[in-house]
Formats: sequence, structure tokens, C-alpha cells
Amino acid sequence: MDETSLVQIKGIREGLLVSLGDAAWPVLQEALLLYIEQQALFFKGARLALEVGNQILKVADLSALRDVLSERGIILWAVISDSPTTESASQLLGLATRLHKARPSQEAVQPVKGLDDEAALWVHKTLRSGVRVEYAGHVVIVGDVNPGAEVIAGGSVLVWGRLRGVVHAGAEGNQSAVVCALDLSPTQLRIAGKIAVSPRREGKPQPEMIKLKDGRLQAESWHPG
Amino acid sequence: MTAKIVTISSGKGGVGKTTTVANLAVALASEGKKVVCIDGDIGLRNLDVVMGLENRIVYDIVDIVEGRCKTRQAMIRDKRLPDLFLIPAAQTRDKNAVSPSDMIRLCDELRAEVDWVLIDSPAGIERGFRNAIAPADRVLIVTNPEMSAVRDADRVIGLLEAEEKAAPSLILNRLNPSLVRRGDMLSVEDVYDLLRIEVIGIVPEDENVIMASNKGMPLTLEGKSRAGQAFRNIARRLAGEQVPFLELEAQNLWERLARLGRK
Ligand SMILES: Nc1ncnc2c1ncn2[C@@H]1O[C@H](COP(=O)(O)OP(=O)(O)O)[C@@H](O)[C@H]1O
Ligand SMILES: [Mg+2]
Repeated sequence: MDETSLVQIKGIREGLLVSLGDAAWPVLQEALLLYIEQQALFFKGARLALEVGNQILKVADLSALRDVLSERGIILWAVISDSPTTESASQLLGLATRLHKARPSQEAVQPVKGLDDEAALWVHKTLRSGVRVEYAGHVVIVGDVNPGAEVIAGGSVLVWGRLRGVVHAGAEGNQSAVVCALDLSPTQLRIAGKIAVSPRREGKPQPEMIKLKDGRLQAESWHPG
Repeated sequence: MTAKIVTISSGKGGVGKTTTVANLAVALASEGKKVVCIDGDIGLRNLDVVMGLENRIVYDIVDIVEGRCKTRQAMIRDKRLPDLFLIPAAQTRDKNAVSPSDMIRLCDELRAEVDWVLIDSPAGIERGFRNAIAPADRVLIVTNPEMSAVRDADRVIGLLEAEEKAAPSLILNRLNPSLVRRGDMLSVEDVYDLLRIEVIGIVPEDENVIMASNKGMPLTLEGKSRAGQAFRNIARRLAGEQVPFLELEAQNLWERLARLGRK
């Protein structure tokens, strides 16, 4: 097999985009490193975005690759994948998972989809500063969202914990998306095109739900379960 | 001997990592343990200055990694404590001169020789940071009672979690109890409430720390200061002892931490 055909490269605005073909991960990794070795000068100092298709990669795989690349003077900054496992591993390592930041359409009124038939991404941990979770459907977080963390969802965002970071629900314009949290004091909260900066709440935290109603973001108490 | 490899990290610069490494090393070596400190801040070395060993440097970590000397030749013995050693960083090289696997190899070699290896991590979350945490059995996060430092600590804790490292412990440095009482400084609880990792030490703001670093004499070497006592307590906790927190560190701290932890 011609190993180099597993590796496709093109230049993009942010640096180089490397697309890997379909093969076992060790084979792909070896093919990539071989390719880089042959074109060492071309790659020196490059910022690399890696497209890995359906490949299921763990944090350990990605951080090992990032270290190997960094030893060759190459910066891995993004991993684009169709696998949710790979995507969340990349996000945990602080790697980007899209080439261009999703630009929320301010005006576009999209047909309101039934939220319940969309898939949800479950995150069973606290999102700490610097982590950004992006998902086209709903996002459910069992843990806190700390200041400096961001959640961007096409659908609703539900936080079974304290929400103190930045959250954007209905990021593609879905106005029926909602945000719920057991303790809701986000740095910034957006639904579709509307922004709210939460006032300092006094007293005991209450579970709350924020909805877009009559063009405004409105809070109501949330009774989970 | 099988050394424990402990990395001291923070995210933010200037919070007291180097101070912590020097003082913990002195505290452990004073108890008769054999200790090696590694300065992981290549290009910006300063652990040698804080330890007062600057004028004895012949070889550094890059010399070891690139095979120009044996590990032993780059280990500088402390002037005062015969079981304390420093492997200095290179001053003139960039941090890519050492890789995570180099660090793992070096620490594996030291494991058989000493009781403790303390690694001083550079600020940031780039290569130097990854070098410093790669060999660690345990990571201590140093932070200050200040929002930007706590955020950076949170970020580093998240990265350690992502790499599936053992849960780190927290050192809250430069706490000023009277500012906390006035509500002008984050309290231990505020910081714990956000980071939610085990607190292994609380070090008060103490001008003796700065005077001691300027003299190249980590203050733990001498008797009395509060900060020195706090560092000695951390060293004992690191070795597995149960040591109560100093009075000033916070009254009823354990009770309050326990309450927070139950939530
Ligand atoms: N508890 C403390 N009280 C007063 N000054 C401190 C304390 N801890 C550290 N410092 C001072 O803060 C500065 C930064 O400390 P350093 O250990 O070099 O930080 P880092 O290694 O994280 O960059 C130094 O001048 C040091 O003397
Ligand atoms: Mg330092």
C-alpha cells in the first residue's frame, strides 16, 4: 500500500489542513510522520489542523501525537472529527474542533425543530477554564461549568451543577432552545441572537431555566424531574 | 530507593512555584531525605538563584539530555544540606531542547537514587509545562488568592484531568488573613469552592520569603517564620503525615472544607 496516499495536505487560512485516510490509527500516525519527515522544511513551524474522519481517538492518543509533532516543531491546534469521542477528547485538550468559529446567525429565523428528537451530548465532568464544548444538538453537563469555560449548543443546555462560564444555546438560531442549571450565574448567557449578563444573585441558589420569550430572555424557576 | 516525582505547576507566572520547590526541597532534605530539584524553566532559569547555587553551575539539564555529561555531573550539591541536589535549567537554550520523553527517562534514572524529585514547572501550558508534568507521580498546583491566578490553576487542573493524571493538590500561597477578613481577598473557601481539589498547604504572605530568596537562602532553612513553618508542614503532608493547619491558615478550615466537600 502506498502509505503517503493516506495523507492529504492543503493550505488553509489558519495553516495546514491534513486529512487522514481510512486505516488503523498506528498506521495513519506512522504515515503522517513519514510524510512530515520527507517534507521537514515545509512543515517546520507549521500550525496543523488534522481531519481524522470516524477515527475514535482518546485523550492519550491525541496528546501523544501532539507531543511527537511538537518535537518536530509543529503545532497541532485543531482536530476535526465525526466521532463524538474524538471530538470531546480534543476539546478536553484545548484543541479546536472546527476550522472556523461557528458564526451564530443573528437574524435568521429557522424553523423550530422539536428539541426532543435531536441527539444530546452528555458530559460527565466539571468543565474547567479554557475548555470549549461545541455540539450541534443539546448538551447535558453533569458537573459545573467554571468561569472561563464555554458551552455552545445548537439545541438546549442543561447543567446539573453550577453554571458560571459562558453558555450559548440555540447557537444556529434556534429560538426555542433553553438553558437550565441548578445554580445559574453565568459570565454570559445567550440564546439564539439574544445576550444576557446575569445580575448578581443574592441568597441561596435556585434551579432556574432561561427561555427566549417575546424577544427577551426570561428566567423562571426550574423543577427538574 | 524509589523516588516520588512531584511537579510544582500553576499556569500563571509569579505565584510562587520556584519558592515552593526550593522550600519543600529544603524541608524534605532537613528530615534526612535525599532530594533532587529539577529546574524545568529552560531559558529562564532561576531556581539556582533562589537556592543560592548559581555560582556552582557547570552542566545543566540540556547537557544531560544531549549526552554531554552524566546525570550525576549535573547534580549540584547544596552548600548546607548534603542530601539536597539541583539539576539546573539551561540558560541559553529554548524549551524545545528537552522533550517529555527525555524528562521521563531522566526521572526514571533518578528514581533509584533518591527519595524525592521536585520539578519546577515554567508558567504557561506549552511545551515546558508538558515536559514538567510528563514524569510526575504527583502534581502540586500553586495559586494565589486572586481571580486570574485561580482561573489559570483551574485551566491546568483541567489539562491534568484530560491527561488522566492523578488528581493534583493545591497550595494557596500569599494569603493575607487580614485582607480576607476585610473581604478584600479571596478566602481559602472561595478558592476551594471553585477548584475542588485537595488543599495540601496554605502559605501566608510573608516578606521574609522575598528577603530569603534574594539571599539565596530558602527561609525554611531557618527557624521561625510563618511561611517557613507552612512549607515544612506541606513537606510533612507530602510524606503522608497528618498535620493540622496553622491557626492563621484558617480557623476550623477542615470543618468548612468538609462541609463544602459534602455538597
Ligand atoms: N508567601 C510569600 N510571601 C511573600 N512573597 C512571596 C511569597 N511567595 C512568593 N513570593 C515572592 O513572589 C515572587 C514570585 O515567586 P516565584 O517563586 O519566583 O514565582 P514563580 O516561580 O511561580 O514564577 C518572588 O519575588 C517571591 O519572593
Ligand atoms: Mg519560577
